[in-house]
Amino acid sequence: MPEPADAASAGSPARRAAPRIVGQVAGRLRFVALFAVLAVLPYLLSYSQQEIAVLLVINVLLVSSYRLLTLTGEWSLGHVVIMGVGAYASALLAKRLGVPVPLSMLIGACMAAGTAAILSFPLFRMKGFYFLIGSFAAGEIIRLIWKRFTDPFGGPKGLKRIDAVPDIETGFLSIDFYEPVNYYFLALAVVSVSLFVLYRIERSRIGLTFHAIHWQDRLAESVGVDTFRYRTLAFVIASFFAGIAGGLYAHYVGAVNPTRFGVDQMVYVLVWAIVGGTATFHGPILGVVVLTVINEIVLRGLGLDTARPLIYGAILILSVLYLPDGLESLGPRLRAWLRRRRREPAAAAGGEGGEAA
Amino acid sequence: MNAPADPPISEAPILEARGLTRRFGGLVAVDDFSFAVREGTIHGLIGPNGAGKTTTFNVISGFYAPTAGQVLYRGRDISGRKTSALAAMGLVRTFQGSTLFQEFSVLDNARVGRHLGARSGFLSRLLGTDRASEADADARARQSLAFFGLEDLADEPVSNLPHGHQRMLGMAVALAAEPKVLLLDEPFTGMNPEETRRMMDLVRRIRDDGVTVMLVEHDMQAVMNLCDIITVMNFGALLVEGAPDEVRNDPAVIEAYLGSATGNGAGHAA
Repeated sequence: MPEPADAASAGSPARRAAPRIVGQVAGRLRFVALFAVLAVLPYLLSYSQQEIAVLLVINVLLVSSYRLLTLTGEWSLGHVVIMGVGAYASALLAKRLGVPVPLSMLIGACMAAGTAAILSFPLFRMKGFYFLIGSFAAGEIIRLIWKRFTDPFGGPKGLKRIDAVPDIETGFLSIDFYEPVNYYFLALAVVSVSLFVLYRIERSRIGLTFHAIHWQDRLAESVGVDTFRYRTLAFVIASFFAGIAGGLYAHYVGAVNPTRFGVDQMVYVLVWAIVGGTATFHGPILGVVVLTVINEIVLRGLGLDTARPLIYGAILILSVLYLPDGLESLGPRLRAWLRRRRREPAAAAGGEGGEAA
Repeated sequence: MNAPADPPISEAPILEARGLTRRFGGLVAVDDFSFAVREGTIHGLIGPNGAGKTTTFNVISGFYAPTAGQVLYRGRDISGRKTSALAAMGLVRTFQGSTLFQEFSVLDNARVGRHLGARSGFLSRLLGTDRASEADADARARQSLAFFGLEDLADEPVSNLPHGHQRMLGMAVALAAEPKVLLLDEPFTGMNPEETRRMMDLVRRIRDDGVTVMLVEHDMQAVMNLCDIITVMNFGALLVEGAPDEVRNDPAVIEAYLGSATGNGAGHAA
């Protein structure tokens, strides 16, 4: 009787797999829908809003790379400076050495990662609060170097007239990256690939190890995790992608200066991450998108632009008080609330099916 | 023509301390302390509170460097090496209480324990071509859970587990790392007698599988029943070493635990 047994063993996993496949298809469809919205979005915006959309896409990568570092439990205050390292490096490579622009971004990101690798030796002797302050000090040193050495770095005024991403001119295809729409799609492509890589890292054993170091570094050590090496790895990967964000920024805006990568900018990154929530991959992205929309549409529309730090501060305090798990927790909360609402009328009806729901 | 006869395995010390000393400022926690753990034994380290057991454990497992003296593993000086490097050599420790990845599932705890065994490069992890090695790591993590009877709880969050199960899981994480020497820090603390009995059986099975076990423990009953050799510490130094029966009746041990005025057995001095 091999046949029925065969059919049974083939049938049951297939039946079990069916909801999973449905889930996968639904997940894919959601992505397709998301990309469709992102593809149409710039055409619904004004020119200046398109420019903001470009910066928003870059900031998404900045805050997502920051989250990877926070997986190990360490919060840095130097992340924006590391972004600046990528920006300065890519700009100088293009300006001084004539390195073609997309390649200069890649090398710039590698230099940002290299800077992190060197900094990890002093910084990862510290943990928690001390690491926070240490990373701030290291960032300030880098910023002082930019200010002090006018020769390559341009001093306090920084670098101007940074080479743009070269136009693509191949017969029928002609893309001018001075146009925000075109740069938006370039940045979107680079950031999408980067986010995919960051996501893969988090979902792999490497991500598991980062989390393990965060929750119990001594236990992780005891089963052979070299916590210094893994903290460094997280720092280096995060810095690489911050460097990519820096390169995208430098060749879009065309100018960088030390103030642009100051601690006040870092505070914005922290606010995005905290308001969005750092427990999930999409939390910080949610944070940066929502706060940017609030900032650009609401504040600018109401003419309250100069009150930005004040309102950001208020949002931070309110979200810490009333939404401590961030915007990312709103979805699950909403779903739980809806489920309860659906159950209550059923229970009120008193039907025997009430329990089953 | 005969191969030279190997010395009996049980005679070779796999782990040894020579003149181990650890100071904290003016306090000498461990003072010129020496012992040797023979391969394939269960070796107990006991002593009154403050005798320096935990400090000794922390020095052996690489959390502290010794101020003086040496720790030898298979004859090699390992003093001052990082804990992770020691784990890679086969020296794995557990912790007091429920030191676990509380936010993880039970299985993920054991999966972290497979860190060293799950060899796979950065790129293959990124590209997802590490599936075979990860499936193997999962299978071995589950084996380790099954050994402690936790396989049905694999998907539970650790915080849902009762204390006894959490202690078992701590051992499962360590065992997933496939140690040669397992250092157990108070494995029976907070367990009820039934759990203690089960844990003792499991520790014996671990030894019978070829793992050398060294443990620090307060539960005197368990130590006396379980250990092949017991080292007694007092004031950071060696007091007595020997089989449980010798140690139990040694006047110096009785005095260290109960003071000199009484002639009672050490068995009650838990």
